Formats: sequence, C-alpha cells, structure tokens
Amino acid sequence: MKTDDLIASLVADHPSRMQPVWLWLLAGICAALPLSAVLFMVSLGPRPDIATAIYNPFFDLKFLVTLALASSAAALSLHLSRPNASLHGWMWLLALPVGLLGIGIVADFAVPQRVNWEGRLVGSNSMACMSSIPLFSAPFLIATLLMLRKGATSHPMLLGALAGLMSAGLGATLYASHCADDSPLFVATWYTLAAAFVTLIGAMAGRRVLRF
Amino acid sequence: MRGQEHEWTDLMRSANAGDVTAYHRLLSAITPVLRASARRGLLRAGQSPDQSEDIVQETLLAVHLKRHTWDANAPFAPWLFTIARNKLIDALRRRGRRVFVDIDDFTDVLPGEEAPEVTNGVDIEAHLKTLPQRQRDVLQSISVDGLSITETAKKFEMKEGAVRVALHRGLSTLAARARKDLI
Repeated sequence: MKTDDLIASLVADHPSRMQPVWLWLLAGICAALPLSAVLFMVSLGPRPDIATAIYNPFFDLKFLVTLALASSAAALSLHLSRPNASLHGWMWLLALPVGLLGIGIVADFAVPQRVNWEGRLVGSNSMACMSSIPLFSAPFLIATLLMLRKGATSHPMLLGALAGLMSAGLGATLYASHCADDSPLFVATWYTLAAAFVTLIGAMAGRRVLRF
Repeated sequence: MRGQEHEWTDLMRSANAGDVTAYHRLLSAITPVLRASARRGLLRAGQSPDQSEDIVQETLLAVHLKRHTWDANAPFAPWLFTIARNKLIDALRRRGRRVFVDIDDFTDVLPGEEAPEVTNGVDIEAHLKTLPQRQRDVLQSISVDGLSITETAKKFEMKEGAVRVALHRGLSTLAARARKDLI
C-alpha cells in the first residue's frame, strides 16, 4: 500500500476521536465494582461487628492503606499510558501507602496490646486473606488491563504490574471490611503477599496485552 | 528543525480542535522525517532499509489510533519520536534480533541527506487481505481508490455512519494484526 493512501484513510477517520484514558479506566473500575462486590457478599460479607469496628483506628487504617495503594497506582498507570512518559519523580507516589502502613506499625507497637506481636502478625485469617484478595481483585484486574489498552505505553510489563497493584488495592478494600485482623503487622505481611501475587499476574499479562 | 517541530505541535492542536486539513498536513509533514529515521535505524542495526516503509506505515497507524495520548500542553515531536522508536524496535525484534536503538536517530534529520526513493509498504497490504470483507472494502475504497466517506457509502449502499464504523474498526484491526506478528 502507498503511504499516501494510508494517510487518506487516517484523515477520513479523524472525526472518530478517542476519549482520554482516565475516562476509560474509571468506566472499567465502575463496571468491575459490582461484580467484585457481589463476589464479596456471597463469599464472605462484612464482619458482624463492623458497626463498632469503624471506631477502631487500626480498622480504618486498613482502608486508608488499600485506597492509597489503589489511587497512587491509578495515577501512576495513567501517567505511564503516554508513550514518552518518564518515570522520574513519579514512583515516589507508591511510598504513600507504604508510609501510611509504616506509621501504623509504629503506632501498633506504641499502644498496649492484648496479643504479642507474633500473634498479631500471624493473625487468624491469613489463608482467607491470601485467597480472597486475589479473588476480589480479579474483576478489577481484567477491567483495568482492558481499559489501559486504550493508552500507549512504552512499558507494558510495568504498566501491567501497576494495574495489578491498583486491582489488589481495590480488592483488598473489600476484603478489609471482612477481615478481623486489624493489626498493621498483619496487613503488612499478608495483604502485601496477596498484592504481590496480583501484581505478578498483572505484570505477566501486561507484557502481552499492553503492547500497542 | 525546531521551527518545524513547533509547526507540528500547532498542527496537531488544530487537528484536535477538529481541523481535518491540519491533520492531513501534519501526517504528510511527518512522513518524510519518519521515513528518514526508519532507514537510518535499519541501516544502523545492519539491516536493509527496504523495510522502512512498513515501519513508517505502522508508526502512522499508531500515531492515529493513539493520538489521544498526546498531551496537548507538551511538544508533539518527542511523543512522535517515541512511537517511531518503539515501532522500529518492534520491526527489528520481528527479525529475531535484540536491539538497542539510539533515540538520537529520531531527533533530527541530517542536513543534505538524500531523500530516499519511496517504496510501498507490504505488511499493511498483506494484513488488509485478512480483514473482514466489509472493513476491507471500505478501507480499500477510501485509501486506494481515494473515495470519500459519502462516495463509499453510495458505492456499497451503506449508511455513512456504518462506513465510518467499518473504517475505524478496519484501521484498529490492521494495528492489532501488526502487533500479533510480534508474539
């Protein structure tokens, strides 16, 4: 084909302009949310004492950490959806959830506790946590990967990993309302392991599906 | 050269505002620069430059389908050259080579460089044959036969909206086929 002929067809297609990637991503998350929420409600559901738990700052901190993770990963992935995006000065965003968790751990040691630190770390729900977070993250991961295809990244694997982190943050937000372990030590161990698993899946999938 | 890049940015801004003529001028203006950098990149990797037109066409297709990822407050050229560089790397990878491409290949055209003879691309032509009938008909009518959307709609007794959809799907499928070659 002559390049001029191709240009003619591109020009004819110019009116079909695409919406910005953030809008797609938002739409994808909104579409996946009811699916994940239903999965959550039929499998676990919120903990019975949730009405009193919300007055426990360590319970609330879990949501702060998971939502900080999801939003910083979302901001980073939107940034990386431009082909010539540079990573300098952006990766620090991921320090936000880590920092929050760090503050939580310090506070966890500072206040008197009924259970020793090993007990708080091991908790009582680690297996449920490790299996549920990936499960509730799956609809988000599929949706965010599909929507990020609308962008044009030069780092498909990294962007896939970020989609994984974002999805893990969202899935963990749901799970956190069920989980009876509120210690930041538990969160730092088991939530992190589950998120790492989802991130790995995201990176492997991203490598294939996020090329443009 | 810098003046030319400013001009591209202005043209792309006008194009984003709906100016089709500006869009046509922009694509025509970047094509020779893309061609020169593709040839240079292929030669540097020790490859024959006869594949350069395929790289040019794939780059143009990606520029078109991904133009919403250009930040209108930033200059156009760095965005363009990143896509061009990615497409060159893809093309070299397709030949099973590990490659390192110097970004400087894309940032300027050497003065006095001889304009190469323009060849036809073969990859997109080949992928075109594998498109669904409707998409192929519409794309061929608009590109090769040079008909307008309206004329194409009349020719195939389609609604103009359906022609637009088939055209856009066809172009997206072409890009997807080119990507598939990679894996």
